[in-house]
Amino acid sequence: MGAINTHFVPALDGVAYGLLLFVAAAGLTLLFGIGGVLNIAHGTLFALGGYLAASVSDGSWSSAFLGLAVATVGGTLGGGLLAAGTLPLADRGHLPQALLTFGLSLVGADVLTTVYGTDEHPVVIPKSVNGTVQIFGHVYPTYRLMFIVVASVLALAGTYVLGRTRAGALLRAAADDREMVGAMGYAPWRVHAALCGAAGALAGLAGGLGAPIIGPGPDTADKVLMLSMVVIVLGRPGSVLGAFGAAIAVGEIETLGVSISSNWAPYLLFGLMAVALVVRTFRGSSAVGAGAAAGAHA
Amino acid sequence: MRIPAVLLSRPVRIGVPGAVLAVFLLIAPSSFDGYGISLMSKALALGVLAVSVSILAGYSGLPTMGQAAPFLVGAYTAGVMSTHGHTVGVLQLLCGTLVAAAFAAATGLVAIRTRGVAFLMTTLALGELTVTAAGEWRSLTGGTDGMYGITPIQPLPGMAALSSDRSIYWFVLTATAIVIAVVWWVLRSPVGKLLLACRDHEARMRSAGHPVTRYQWLAYVAAGALAGFGGVLMCTVNAYVSPDDGSFSNSALVLLAVVLGGATSPLGALLGAGLIVATQDWLSGPFPGHGPLLLGLMFIVAVYALPDGVAGIRFRAPKRRGGPA
Repeated sequence: MGAINTHFVPALDGVAYGLLLFVAAAGLTLLFGIGGVLNIAHGTLFALGGYLAASVSDGSWSSAFLGLAVATVGGTLGGGLLAAGTLPLADRGHLPQALLTFGLSLVGADVLTTVYGTDEHPVVIPKSVNGTVQIFGHVYPTYRLMFIVVASVLALAGTYVLGRTRAGALLRAAADDREMVGAMGYAPWRVHAALCGAAGALAGLAGGLGAPIIGPGPDTADKVLMLSMVVIVLGRPGSVLGAFGAAIAVGEIETLGVSISSNWAPYLLFGLMAVALVVRTFRGSSAVGAGAAAGAHA
Repeated sequence: MRIPAVLLSRPVRIGVPGAVLAVFLLIAPSSFDGYGISLMSKALALGVLAVSVSILAGYSGLPTMGQAAPFLVGAYTAGVMSTHGHTVGVLQLLCGTLVAAAFAAATGLVAIRTRGVAFLMTTLALGELTVTAAGEWRSLTGGTDGMYGITPIQPLPGMAALSSDRSIYWFVLTATAIVIAVVWWVLRSPVGKLLLACRDHEARMRSAGHPVTRYQWLAYVAAGALAGFGGVLMCTVNAYVSPDDGSFSNSALVLLAVVLGGATSPLGALLGAGLIVATQDWLSGPFPGHGPLLLGLMFIVAVYALPDGVAGIRFRAPKRRGGPA
């Protein structure tokens, strides 16, 4: 019982962290698995959402919701820019698109530090959730608990949209056969734009929602990008359920892992990623290698 | 306007830019100050890394995001040797290259099994693991603070230690010229043709009996050795090594240098690295702190405007004449 007691709070933190990573990585995995765009600027969109939410927030509920809305809109616009940028490169393969997004992330990072400076921007969370609660005799921040609930709802909603609605079916179809979707009367550029917009919106929303956990700062973009990449590789690109499991695992490594063995946790993350990639290649079903061909299993 | 055929011939297209570059590298030190010269040394060290990436990304079709890892291994080898009193430059280059090659030989067994974006991701993971290890192994590497105040090297046993930016530059230039000449000679030989053939027609090469995976592993090891060589040079120039030298952004920048320079052109890779250092550290002088912005804009423009890189720019010759005149 002693071990469970010591590690209860880190484990719960891991769930919150993992859910945040899931919302953040969902956009990346959608865009990579379905659209075939490896978006290096994804972390930048997350940071943008965080900054926007932080600049609006003043501790009231209305400002918190406004912050989330602004972050989502900002992310969506960023995604739109991305769609416009990558569309002309669509038939030149993955690499030019990834390079373009890297260029965009450099520009974006520079713009963000110019506007917001190099300090971390704390978000003022509404007073009623800025306290702590008791769970099984442990003190836990209320906001994190609420975040776990909200992010779970988001995850369920996302899975539902992708798996059970017509729009989701369209995206899954586009992953399998873009041209057939085009022949059905959906202009490929519209599907692409919708995908980029949705991915950007998710990144911005995650940035706004997660700002109290991963605050917006100069290192945010790189950190979120790296963690999201690990999540989508571990969970297979395009697979929402896989990303969910992987995100929780990564969240636990980053919190519970560090509290159990701070020496080995840093290696565990990328070690797992390398192992997953290689094992998958040996099995001959390289979903990553195929990139766009990876199906979206909701 | 018709361009004389001699201007389009291969010796002229490669020879003229090569000669211009050589003359620039030889003349420039006399007109630059210490800072400018050390930037050029830095560009050369990064250029060696860029050439190693062009062997992988261009010749072998394996886009790597982790080539800064063997670079880091080479740099730390040189740093550790210096702190233990081994300050002979040639010896450091040799050991750094060998250790990086051994590192690549081990990691290559893992990385080479994958292709395309999976290779990109695997090398990224390997690179991040290396950076993590460099930051954690404090007794050897000094942790995230890095190793600083590294003793200046002496090029050959018995020679005086390199004390000025200028003498370091000549050492780095000589070492770079020799290693690039070797790479160029190897890639011009059937080895280069084999790599290109494996890149473009893997299945056909396999069925013709070529051990494609082994070729690619060898290319990976050779590229790792070359990156280690560049790392030693970087350690010589900066007199400082830290895990940041192996960071993801370094790997990505060098990959961009290669794309910018033209994927299968060692000369282009060198030029690309020079362009990046110039943009990041020199051109951004009037706008302090905005190097990334200029770099980002440069890459956005390059992705659209130069699909084949700088080496792909050529006088547009009429593609097909209207039948025999």
